[in-house]
Amino acid sequence: MKSLVVNGAAAKIDLPDGTPLLWAVREALNLTGTKFGCGAGLCGACTVHVNGKAVRSCQTAINSLADGDEITTIEGLDPAGEHPLQLAWIEEQVPQCGYCQSGQIMQAAELLASNSNPTDDEITAHMAGNLCRCMTYDRIQTAIKRAAKA
Amino acid sequence: MTYQDKPKAGLTRRGFMIAAGATGAISMGYGLLPSGAHAAGHGGMISPSMFFDIHADGAVTVHVAKAEMGQHVGTALAQVLAEELDCGWENINIKYVGFDPRHGLHITGGSWSVNWTFDALSRAGAAGKIALLEAAAAKLGGTAADYTAVDGVISGSGGKVTYGELAADGIEARQLSEDEMKALVLKAPADRKLIGKPVPALDIPDKVRGKAMYGIDASLPGMVYAVPVPAPVRYGASVTAVDDSAAKAIPGYEQHVIVTDPLGTQTGFVMAIANSYWAAKQAGDALKITYDLGPNAAVTLADIHAENDRLIASGENSRLVLNDGDADAAMGGAEDMHEATYSTGMNIHAPLEPMNCTVEIKDGVYDIHAGNQFQTLLMGLIGALGVAPENIRFHQYVLGGGFGRRLDCDYVVQACLTAQAIGKPVKMIYSREVDMQMDFTRPAATIKMEAGLKGGKIDAWKSTSASAWASARQAPAFLAPDLSGDEEKKYDGFAVNGADHWYTMANQKILLTMNEVAQGALPPGHLRSVGPGWQFFAVESFIDELAAKTGTDPLEMRLSLLDGAGKNAGGAERLKNVLSQVAERAGYGTAQAAGTAIGLSAVSAQERGSPSWTACAANVTVNADGSYKVNKLTIASDVGTVVNPNGVLAQISGSAMWGLSITSLEEGVFEEGAIQHLNFDSYTPARMSDLPEIDAFLVPSDNYPTGCGEPGTTAVAPAIANAIATATGARVRSLPITAAKVKAAM
Repeated sequence: MKSLVVNGAAAKIDLPDGTPLLWAVREALNLTGTKFGCGAGLCGACTVHVNGKAVRSCQTAINSLADGDEITTIEGLDPAGEHPLQLAWIEEQVPQCGYCQSGQIMQAAELLASNSNPTDDEITAHMAGNLCRCMTYDRIQTAIKRAAKA
Repeated sequence: MTYQDKPKAGLTRRGFMIAAGATGAISMGYGLLPSGAHAAGHGGMISPSMFFDIHADGAVTVHVAKAEMGQHVGTALAQVLAEELDCGWENINIKYVGFDPRHGLHITGGSWSVNWTFDALSRAGAAGKIALLEAAAAKLGGTAADYTAVDGVISGSGGKVTYGELAADGIEARQLSEDEMKALVLKAPADRKLIGKPVPALDIPDKVRGKAMYGIDASLPGMVYAVPVPAPVRYGASVTAVDDSAAKAIPGYEQHVIVTDPLGTQTGFVMAIANSYWAAKQAGDALKITYDLGPNAAVTLADIHAENDRLIASGENSRLVLNDGDADAAMGGAEDMHEATYSTGMNIHAPLEPMNCTVEIKDGVYDIHAGNQFQTLLMGLIGALGVAPENIRFHQYVLGGGFGRRLDCDYVVQACLTAQAIGKPVKMIYSREVDMQMDFTRPAATIKMEAGLKGGKIDAWKSTSASAWASARQAPAFLAPDLSGDEEKKYDGFAVNGADHWYTMANQKILLTMNEVAQGALPPGHLRSVGPGWQFFAVESFIDELAAKTGTDPLEMRLSLLDGAGKNAGGAERLKNVLSQVAERAGYGTAQAAGTAIGLSAVSAQERGSPSWTACAANVTVNADGSYKVNKLTIASDVGTVVNPNGVLAQISGSAMWGLSITSLEEGVFEEGAIQHLNFDSYTPARMSDLPEIDAFLVPSDNYPTGCGEPGTTAVAPAIANAIATATGARVRSLPITAAKVKAAM
């Protein structure tokens, strides 16, 4: 049994050791905004925050977490769903199929939390692990810059 | 070669039905009653709504029969309808249709969606407005001509009433005949308020908040999870034994199912069943399965290319697709000849949402939850499992990428068979490994191009190609008879679209053959851009080769061949216009640094019947070791009437990046009958770091709209190949264009 804080609320997870956080979030907590893409840490669709740090939830075993760890998923990034990145994503009309975008936004949120004015190169370096099969990279870049200015 | 005779929604119906009833809603669609019959508008909805409903609160629900897979198609279709209905954009919401045979061929592909529905949706909106104006006049006095509708509010001589109020009261049934529908006068472009406007996409807000519901997010009470274990060969294996003793140690594991698919959509699947995805995946990995590998276990990609070459050389089973003039005679009388053979590798769709499907069978009724592009096929396949159509309820979700992969329904069939076997609701998810290894890939194609030259001009043009044919496997009804007159000699137009370009040729011949080796071992699918993806690579590369051979500038050669003569009238001029604008905007003809050049392409994808006039200029720098960098893609389309410019630009940019990814980064390996890729470490679509500068723009026109999801993809490979050849002299004739191939060609 693991006692976590998920999107600000206490959540007890009772799953076998080794179960990735991704499936705990999706199946046990029914927070389906976090997506399964590759199961191997190669695409970034499952990105969530653990204590403010972006991690690949498909590579984060439940038993590797500590009681009290704070998990933030796309549903909890902002209580109203109006994080500057989410608003910028709408303003720039970033998503196409949208499947990777929860992960893209969570990855970008980590960047903006520590760097309020990232350069193009810093954005590209930070986002390199997040695959978008619709290839919306140009709009993702633009939206991150817009959110940084907000 | 074209498919304009496909059953498009709205063109063959018997009339338009506007029905209302005590339910407080107005539904509009094509009536099932014979033309002229009187339809009573009482006692509830008598005509199931096909296109839209108007509710008592004024909300208008548009029924979107196309799959939402990133193209924001629901927004575009709603714009078209709302334009003529004048219901007010803020009143619009959209609902995706599971399956409805009244929409005709229920499919999302071919960049067809707006092209097929623009007219029908416009007329549905206009007819709805007429019925509402008449109802307002009946209520308030006078005639419909005394009233006007703006944003869902009707006002005129007798006062005001809203669409919602009319819906709440109910209106008399009204039927418009087919002739009346045809006679409706639609708005002139200058009067449009929604079409042409960058209305924000209706599906986007949920997608940035984690609220959009994809198939993988479906959930049913009491469901278990199924994860397939892929057979060690792509197709043709069968399971001989399963030992699950090790799997039994996985907490949550319940059982395994050997799937015997009578339809053959997949082979050799074993499902691990458990109480979670993770447990099912672990259990699947722990199953010890023995197989009969079947007939394809030794086939390699090289074998498939060798068979393509053999078929092209022998002419065996070739189909005659186009035969203008006498290309063979003209070739014989040519002063000079040029010949080049192009090929493409294997490409994997790899949408980011793996294939999945959730099924519950209850009292013989199948509730199927998934995202799918081809519901007509889905219904046919599940029907072929012995389920009556009325017992199939397909629930459509948004798609985490389609790209043609979800035109196939193998995952729906596998999930239904699994649900049958275990007697419980089941959510079946392909692991990424299964999704890649069991993809219906873009076929490896080979295209031999020949030209006969006379007086420095092209006098004869011949294209002979071979590949697997996706339609022959997936939807044989799409095969069309060739020009031989032998009805049995059919071909897959989707494998050859693009070969029939819009350059004027005095003598032109196109031949096509299906590769049976590939067909069996590596079942082909439709991958974004389909045949034009490889045919235009050949056509547009070859044009540059002919320009080089004749000492002509590649731009000048294209412009002179796009003279709009004969059958090319009306189209070639538009392509010429787009190409000219792209060349100018890209700085074509200006001096470039050493090792850098601009390559061009001009395409008419996807089909001659629905071409989007698209040109691309690739600015590429090639290094001494053969590596190269695409600095910039300048790309534009004339898609006729643009419904949503922001959405179209997103598709052009995205499809151009798909083109770059296929051209430079995605190299599919197929050995020993198996796709040798498990994940995104070895199969590597473009990342943000691969993004060049993209200058995408629209060339506006008022023509009937065509599509935008795929044409951009087809234009990029030849533009890059042409840039590399211009910069270095290295002509690479096979995709992907790797550094090693460039170096070898230098």
